[in-house]
Amino acid sequence: MRQLMNIFWLGIKELRSFFSDVVMVIFLVWSFTFSIYSEATGSSEDVNNASVAIVDEDRSALSRQIVTALYPPYFRTPEEIAAAEIDRSMDQNKYMFVLSIPPDFERDIRRGERPTVQLNIDATAVAQAALGAGYLQAIIEGEVAHFAQQFGDEYTPPVTLALRRAFNPNGSDSWFLAINAILNNLSILTIVLTGAALLREREHGTIEHLLIMPLTAFQIAMAKVWANGLVVLVAFSLSMFFVVENLLDVPIAGSKPLLLLGVTIYLFAAAAIGILLGTVARTMAQFALLMLLTIMPMMMLSGGVGPIESQPDYIQPITWLLPSRHFMEFAQAVVFRGAEFEIVWRPLFNMIWLGSVFFTISLMLFRRSVTSQR
Amino acid sequence: MPDDAQVSEHRMAAQIRDLRHVYKTATPLDGVTLDIPEGRMVGLVGPDGVGKSTLLSLIAGARRMQKGSLRVLGGDMASSAHCRAVSRRIAYMPQGLGKNLYETLSIHENLDFFGKLFGLGPERRASRIEQLTEATGLNPYLTRPVGKLSGGMKQKLGLCCALIHDPDLMILDEPTTGVDPLSRRQLWELVDAIKASHPKMSVIVSTAYMDEAERFDQLIAMDAGRILAVDTPEGLKAQTGTDTIEAAFVKLLPQTATDGHSRLAIPPLDHVDTQPAIVAEGLTRRFGDFTAVDNVSFRIRVGEIFGFLGSNGCGKTTTMKMLTGLLPASEGQAFLFGKPVDTKGTDMRRRVGYMTQSFSLFGELTVVQNLRLHGRLFHLTAEKTSARITELCARFGLDPYRDTHAAALPLGIRQRLSLAVAIIHEPEMLILDEPTSGVDPVARDSFWELLVEISRRDQVTIFISTHFMSEAMRCDRISLMHEGRVLVRGTPEDLVRQKNAPDLEAAFISYIEDDIGTLGDSRARAQQALKDATAAVPAASPERPGRVLAAFERTFAFSTREVLEVLRDPVRLAFAFLGSIFLLLIIAFGISHDVEDVTFAALDLDQTPESRAYLTHFSGSRYFIEQPELHSPTEFETRLKSNDITVALEIPRGFGEDVKGSSTPEVSAWIDGADPQRAGTIEGYVTGGHMEYLDRHLKNSGLDMSDFELVTVETRYRYNPSFESIYAVGPSVPAMLLMLFPAILMAVSVVREKEIGTITNFYVTPTSRLEFLVGKQLPYVMIGLVNFVAMSVLVVVVLDVPLKGSILALTLGALLYVTAATGFGLLVSTFTRTQVAAVFATAILSLLPTIQFSGMLQPISTLEGGAWLVGTLWPTSYFVHLSVGAFTKGLGPGDTLRDLAYLLIYAPLFTVISAMLLKKQEV
Repeated sequence: MRQLMNIFWLGIKELRSFFSDVVMVIFLVWSFTFSIYSEATGSSEDVNNASVAIVDEDRSALSRQIVTALYPPYFRTPEEIAAAEIDRSMDQNKYMFVLSIPPDFERDIRRGERPTVQLNIDATAVAQAALGAGYLQAIIEGEVAHFAQQFGDEYTPPVTLALRRAFNPNGSDSWFLAINAILNNLSILTIVLTGAALLREREHGTIEHLLIMPLTAFQIAMAKVWANGLVVLVAFSLSMFFVVENLLDVPIAGSKPLLLLGVTIYLFAAAAIGILLGTVARTMAQFALLMLLTIMPMMMLSGGVGPIESQPDYIQPITWLLPSRHFMEFAQAVVFRGAEFEIVWRPLFNMIWLGSVFFTISLMLFRRSVTSQR
Repeated sequence: MPDDAQVSEHRMAAQIRDLRHVYKTATPLDGVTLDIPEGRMVGLVGPDGVGKSTLLSLIAGARRMQKGSLRVLGGDMASSAHCRAVSRRIAYMPQGLGKNLYETLSIHENLDFFGKLFGLGPERRASRIEQLTEATGLNPYLTRPVGKLSGGMKQKLGLCCALIHDPDLMILDEPTTGVDPLSRRQLWELVDAIKASHPKMSVIVSTAYMDEAERFDQLIAMDAGRILAVDTPEGLKAQTGTDTIEAAFVKLLPQTATDGHSRLAIPPLDHVDTQPAIVAEGLTRRFGDFTAVDNVSFRIRVGEIFGFLGSNGCGKTTTMKMLTGLLPASEGQAFLFGKPVDTKGTDMRRRVGYMTQSFSLFGELTVVQNLRLHGRLFHLTAEKTSARITELCARFGLDPYRDTHAAALPLGIRQRLSLAVAIIHEPEMLILDEPTSGVDPVARDSFWELLVEISRRDQVTIFISTHFMSEAMRCDRISLMHEGRVLVRGTPEDLVRQKNAPDLEAAFISYIEDDIGTLGDSRARAQQALKDATAAVPAASPERPGRVLAAFERTFAFSTREVLEVLRDPVRLAFAFLGSIFLLLIIAFGISHDVEDVTFAALDLDQTPESRAYLTHFSGSRYFIEQPELHSPTEFETRLKSNDITVALEIPRGFGEDVKGSSTPEVSAWIDGADPQRAGTIEGYVTGGHMEYLDRHLKNSGLDMSDFELVTVETRYRYNPSFESIYAVGPSVPAMLLMLFPAILMAVSVVREKEIGTITNFYVTPTSRLEFLVGKQLPYVMIGLVNFVAMSVLVVVVLDVPLKGSILALTLGALLYVTAATGFGLLVSTFTRTQVAAVFATAILSLLPTIQFSGMLQPISTLEGGAWLVGTLWPTSYFVHLSVGAFTKGLGPGDTLRDLAYLLIYAPLFTVISAMLLKKQEV
């Protein structure tokens, strides 16, 4: 009981401290509103406004028709260049795609001679290159087919394939990006808030003051976890339901209470990492540097940027130790696939025990780090 | 008339007319008018926070003037040209132990650095260092890092550094605060000796110790931003009719400040309990090979006020921490009320109140909130807490401040609040660690009144540490501590009597000398050393290097120092050399758009050879991994949900019949669309499998798919034929990291100097803005280049991305780019104040344009409007282009000229802008 009272009162103090730190409050609000909105709507990895050049050596009605079929938002209005300019302009990054239409293209189509158009793709931008090439190919084939409707035999496949996307039928990028952004900001905020709260007290010497009172390191750490966790949880909920669900129109397929439960568990694990960093670092500057080296891998390897199964085999067991990976698995399942507890209990469980391990390690280091300073 | 002014000016080191200085919350100088004569020793006395430091830093040229006029050594300090010219003739030692010294550098390295800043040639530097360290007795410790010096040694070194260039005006801001009495005496003797060897030199010294004021030729008493009086020490005492400077000062204060101030009388300790409250037996504490506290023992009776005396770093705080159980003792044992102290027990702590050295309340809470929090943490009931708050606020005069935030309280009030907090739970014992440092004499007396009341009325045992001798005299008993050991203990009167000393300070010095052996006459030694040198130096002639040469020397002095500092800071070192490599690997593995091993399961409602033939095109593909078959449409959904499968195929009933017959069956493929990009790639794979089946089907009927094609689209994936994302990541991620890491390290390096205070050395030496910035930048450019080489090797060897193009062009580009990146760090450092802010601001400001708009995610050619503009203006765009060109496109030096030309513009640009924004004086 006394334990709980101490944790409660210390946590109240944490909340007061947080709300008196204007910069942190602004950072929190910004992270959960503007930052998420811009990340979700800003850059997409879809083809957007791709720059195309055309080498039109045919100058027929058909070739012009193909050119006019390329228009925004996927493609920028194509520019016409000479064949000799292809290499140079691509070396200089001027165009992502250069389409060469050979002489007598239209005539060859009419005769059914199956002419070849050449499509040069700057493959250094992997994602856009693949998608854009697909679009371009479909557009060319479509235009040619439309042109050739009146003659030749058409191929009718014996089987058709109906491709459907589950959970995100329109393949909207902003859904995934929004969820990814909010989860990343959740990690960053929680770690920064708890770690900085601990370090601030250490730098001001108030932590010693607390340790001299009838309090334990566990109580002090726990108070920081619940108070800062609560702040982030509230910010997350508001952001999830106002910014993500309403403003960005991302449907949450699964149960919201389940999502909040998972977030709460993850907050504990992330806060434990924050406390751990706060105990390892000796100054705020060290904390900031350490944090960059911790958060980047947490974000990069969680499965939010690239799928887990694409990671090299020897990395995967290491990323298993990241709570963010389990959280990403859980959150994607609940938000997009509408998964229930029976399906996602495993990542939840993993987060709990990983969080407990981090928390225990930081408690072990906690007193030592305070007392080893002179 | 002009002649007159000229003459009087020559005799004045500084002429101050109506000087005002205002900050947001305080007015440290409120119209100061003062003449400081040349060739004299002038003392500036007054408590902390009355504007002494502001005045001194203005005279030294370290701070920018706001209002009024100030002429120093014959020129107007409002002119930056005069400031810079006169800086060669001024020596300034800011307040704080070793404030302007570099902790990780040795004594010799520090002195050498200062020598270079003032343009002393190598020989002159060596002889001057020899002479000064001889005079101060620092000679044997030349290679010891400053961080490991005692407070006294730090101050002596500070003095040496300030004196390295033989100044005409020496400004020392509280040189003796926090220094043990012996070192304090030595410091004063040193100053006297220096003064004696340079009769023309003017010295201005500030001090908070009133007892030191006797030694000055002239005294300036200051309070609340105003001059109270200017006179000789004798004149001051005569003027006020008092016998000590401290008393004279109190007399000089305006009436309101001294209201209710009377001489403190301490009733004797009548109640004598034989039971000891605190017992220490052989307490010892070691940190590594350093022994902070060495075999300390004492007994303190219940109700006693026990004073613990010693200088900074002598082990007082460490001993107190062991008594409270905060720090475990390496050896020995402490007992409170007869029970052993350990670090775990919390019950004992309810009987003890503690007040730490630094202000350790929660500044963001109000007075009442602070009190309430502590009450609750000691488990007082709500009613009891409120009652205690009312009582304490009334008794400690805190009522007017109840709802003020603790951080906004005046220092004296804060100390009272700290004490109130420490006793809210009515402890039987109080442990107070230097509770009155930095508090003015009047506030200190009222604080002691409270202590005496608590002790005598409530029988609370008080264990208090202090470095004020006047406070020590008020204790029942004291113990003197020096370098971790208790030298002696007893009543203050006894200690003075035993040594036949005039006062406690003299007694203390004599005890220290007993302990370490007399060091000889430090004054004589200093005078000898200085005289020897003055005789020797003129022969060596003051070699002044040319202007350009001097500028280069100062620049390299900063570079050399920076390199040494980074090499000795393990965290920055690791961050500098391993950070980017670590992140490169992480990102290379993380950002993989290559989708493989897609799990799929089929719901085969047909179960004919034909349907199974269809499925072999998936199960046989290298992209897919087949999972156990699905049996029902509901299973279909659950397995997609649980991420057990990513693709589900449904083959309708009658598929086999229909394929052979006339109707066209439709196969449905459900793809997990949570990650749209991955889903897009998988769609391609599924279509591919489907097409393969169609092809096979056609071939069986003697046809070929291509027979039906109207047109062939021949795709050429240039630069990355195997189409793996590593070819994009390999050359471009280093570009991002080469921006991020050098910029952050650079910004931290400059802001760190602001935070620690060593930036003062830039303010008060003849260093120009560009010398300072470029000097600090060079090492980080080198670090950046090393990183570039390491990352490039990693990209080629580990990530297997060939470097096809010109290595020379790439390296040249990297050099320019890293210069631009560090320049950006400098730019951020001009508007950030703390290291944390510097890290975050640099990270956020540089990552956004680097990742979003520099062609890493999206080619710049596809950007529009603002995004395009940012991308075009940001140097990363050009380096990414260059790097991708050199790695995957195989471009030669000729093709990269355009990028190199742009980078050549950016390389100096940020540094030059930073130089324009950097302030040469503190604001």
